[in-house]
Amino acid sequence: MALTHEQVLGRLQSAFGESILSNSLPYGMLKVEIPANKNVEVVKFLKEDPELQFIYLTDLCGVHFPEQTGREVGVVMHMHSLVHNYRIRIVYYMPEQKTEVNTLTEVFAAANWMERETYDFFGIRFTGHPDLRRILNVDHMEMFPLLKQYPLEDSSREDKDDRFFGR
Amino acid sequence: MTENSIYGEDHIQEEEKRYNTLNLGPTHPATHGVFQNVLQMDGEIIMHAEPTIGYIHRAFEKLAEHRPFYQVTPITDRLNYCSSPINNIGWHMTVEKLLGLEMPKKVDYLRIIIMELSRISDHLVCNSVLGVDAGALTGFTFIFQWREKIYDIFEQICGARLTTNIGRIGGFERDFSPKVHELIRAFLKEFPAKFNEFEGLLLRNRIFMDRTIGVGPISAERALEYSFSGPNLRASGVDYDVRVMNPYSSYQDFDFTIPIGQSGDTYDRFCVRQAEVRESLKLIENALNNMPEGNHMADCPEFYLPAKKDVYTSMEALIWHFKIVMGEVDLPAGEVYHAVEGGNGELGFYLISDGGRTPYRLHFRRPCFIYYQAYPEMIKGQTLSDAILTLSSMNVIAGELDA
Amino acid sequence: MSDIKIVEAPEGIEGQGFFATSLNTVIGMARANSLWPLPFATSCCGIEFMATMGSNYDLARFGSERMSFSPRQADLLMVMGTIAKKMGPILKQVYEQMAEPRWVISVGACASSGGIFDTYSVLQGIDRIIPVDVYVPGCPPRPEQIIDGVMKIQELVRSESLRRRNQPEYQALLASYGIE
Repeated sequence: MALTHEQVLGRLQSAFGESILSNSLPYGMLKVEIPANKNVEVVKFLKEDPELQFIYLTDLCGVHFPEQTGREVGVVMHMHSLVHNYRIRIVYYMPEQKTEVNTLTEVFAAANWMERETYDFFGIRFTGHPDLRRILNVDHMEMFPLLKQYPLEDSSREDKDDRFFGR
Repeated sequence: MTENSIYGEDHIQEEEKRYNTLNLGPTHPATHGVFQNVLQMDGEIIMHAEPTIGYIHRAFEKLAEHRPFYQVTPITDRLNYCSSPINNIGWHMTVEKLLGLEMPKKVDYLRIIIMELSRISDHLVCNSVLGVDAGALTGFTFIFQWREKIYDIFEQICGARLTTNIGRIGGFERDFSPKVHELIRAFLKEFPAKFNEFEGLLLRNRIFMDRTIGVGPISAERALEYSFSGPNLRASGVDYDVRVMNPYSSYQDFDFTIPIGQSGDTYDRFCVRQAEVRESLKLIENALNNMPEGNHMADCPEFYLPAKKDVYTSMEALIWHFKIVMGEVDLPAGEVYHAVEGGNGELGFYLISDGGRTPYRLHFRRPCFIYYQAYPEMIKGQTLSDAILTLSSMNVIAGELDA
Repeated sequence: MSDIKIVEAPEGIEGQGFFATSLNTVIGMARANSLWPLPFATSCCGIEFMATMGSNYDLARFGSERMSFSPRQADLLMVMGTIAKKMGPILKQVYEQMAEPRWVISVGACASSGGIFDTYSVLQGIDRIIPVDVYVPGCPPRPEQIIDGVMKIQELVRSESLRRRNQPEYQALLASYGIE
């Protein structure tokens, strides 16, 4: 039985009403924005609902839009309903000053390292995470590198002259 | 034990509580790549494992935000470097999805041949190195000769052996030359027999079977919780293959089976990869035999690098070439997620473009990173030698783990 | 059997049952043709190294039959692949554990200079932390290039003076890296 976008959106809206802040359909994948404090509820609903069955967490990553005041840092999740072969994208944003959101490790075990990577890159704190620490960068790094204000290169390197590299 | 021991009772209690800590890695002959595991062991049995990764973190995602779209392709090469054409083609398909381009059938078939060859190459590394870790070095030295044949084919197509940077956004630079057809046909003719020889060394080998059956199992439910994909998931019994679920590049034209295992242990992973190599050989043969006529590229002059003979002779082509490579051509704004079936599972590219010359955000959904989380659970209660084999059979590639 | 090339005898005075040459030459020849490498393979160059070790290109012909993974038993540290800043201290520790005489070959663009990864997390070349003898450029270098690098190391080994490791210049070189 194939799910349609209207069906999924209808189920979400009937369960959560105005918590579904916006929805769009970029390139054929339904994208739903929810408030950050409702993330565990919505994801749990999507996973456990017998009609939808989004049992597979494909991906969880962060984004940073410095121009969107009040909603700068976001988390993007891709989920997949294997039974219906339907994918969905859930997005939630939070303000730059307070990037905290609840963890999803109780719902999906795979979210553990995905959230650690998002914390490492964007500084988003996942409350309730069993082991929130840096995973890819060195432990004593102070910056969160993928935020837009930090540069790509290590400014303390001596052997590369920025003039020759167009920077 | 407490009753017959010559030591006092307090001493025994303390001793039983004490586990020894063993550091495995990051430089270790059996960890294929740099990752560290700190093991808490009770004698030989592993009680708890603490993995540490990031020893080869090269900041691909940040780097991609500063490079124009063609310059991101060499970065994608270095993800799963045992099968880099799959990464390259996956990235090109993501950009083509963003642009809304339709590929001619011929491009799809050419891509299938290259992707399946690199999948064979990846599985050969995994299985032969699994043999090496179990102590059987002959399979490794034997089968690597045949990987050289695959490298010869890649070299004829794109000039590089390992990190191929193959293809263009919109297809390929040129069609396969007659030499490439000849090399692929020779490979298809000679490889299956040698592959059977390699399999004969390990598949029904009593020692190998004893070492791998029941080692590092994971059930289908736990595997889905941990978002496994690829051969590791299929060995647990779930037939999820991105080529069948979300077909791309005309995979729907082909009829191939998805091999699955039962218990998700090391032997099943080995067998699933062996079967997948055979399926890939069938796919390559079918694609080669039914190659349609057509162009080896789509019609998108703003993003497809012009043909080299024009670049060397015509001024306009030279200017276009320069503009495209240096990123003077903007891509449309939008966000797209595209997944391909990599050597290790669902390799996803999540691209957000803001209409500029570089991606605004590019995230790689790396299968190795996601399923390696389950490693401590898989080796709990097993011995150290089993842990080595489990790690080897999961085919963890450090480049894909850390990005 | 007859087309196997054996190393040529060095210059010396030959006589009935004896061959006189300098100790330097003999030791150099013995060391050069029996280098035991420590493959410190981190990424893609490691796969090309596996191809070099395989039967098509066969590094074992050059005396490197036994890949030592223990630094104490290795002569040649082959660093293949990107070294991230997280990995730097570990590489230095492995280098310090090796016994003299030891040589280092840096295989690939990433190990030589950071390669295409001019980022915050990649060490821009291993010569930031350990002294390097031969650099092999390439991304990844072909097996023939890696073998060329090993042959250049063999040249260095063959012509090295036995006293070099005790000289003040060498001690100063190690001191500049902070290695005793």
